[in-house]
Amino acid sequence: MLQPVFSPLNNGDPFADMRRMQSAMNRLFEGARAPGQSATYPPVNFWAGEDSIVMTTELPGLTDQDIELTVKDTMLSIRGTYAEPESGDDIVWHRRERVDGSFLRSVELPFRVNPDHIDARFENGVLTVEMQRPEDDKPKRIEIKTT
Amino acid sequence: MAQELATKDTRDVAETNGDANRRAMAFTPAVDIFEHDETTVIVADMPGVSPDDVDVTLERQVLTLRGKVHPYTPKGYRRLSSEYREGDYVRIFTLSDEIDQAKINAEFKNGVLRLELPRSAETKPKKISVKAA
Repeated sequence: MLQPVFSPLNNGDPFADMRRMQSAMNRLFEGARAPGQSATYPPVNFWAGEDSIVMTTELPGLTDQDIELTVKDTMLSIRGTYAEPESGDDIVWHRRERVDGSFLRSVELPFRVNPDHIDARFENGVLTVEMQRPEDDKPKRIEIKTT
Repeated sequence: MAQELATKDTRDVAETNGDANRRAMAFTPAVDIFEHDETTVIVADMPGVSPDDVDVTLERQVLTLRGKVHPYTPKGYRRLSSEYREGDYVRIFTLSDEIDQAKINAEFKNGVLRLELPRSAETKPKKISVKAA
């Protein structure tokens, strides 16, 4: 039997409405996830070591001077501003996909880090930050005695 | 100006041809393209690529930009979370103008490739005078 496209009362599938809503919601949020306009820019990757953590992020076109990195307790903030795109009367634009403007992203770290032992490098447009857990914050091993 | 060749719309991950078992992916780098003074400028973001691993070829009017990425894994670390993936970059354009190959200028800095493609002299528009009969 052919079902009409939209029949809220006579519908064999009680979840059809819900699914329709879900796909409408997905469509709504799709636009917000366009590259460059994402609410969480830049995307970051995390790597965990024994008592340290590494964060990497891609910031093509910036220089180490354009990036401001701050850490407070367990909060790491990355701030930066991309250079203005070229402008002029004689410029004819064909495509403009690259990110511009400024951004600020704060990420919560899994533990406190020692602000004096942070190693940040910027190479080929990729920022790599290695952070150490302070000595007094490391989990202590507790010995268990046997009787 | 430059026309893009064979890319899927809205997708920024391009499938590699042939061997489907290869898990390596090629990403489409974001580009800015503009024209001024007889020169087409293409700026492409290729973070993670070192200057030696950038490959630009121009064959007839087909311009291919490639960047090879050596995925980064810090020693003694395990992956905790990832919001972006790493992979090689590929993007192909067909140029509508003849380019003066000898005068192409390419530079790679901070993960960004900048190509300056000057139009060659013979394709610059020539004025044709129309004689009255």
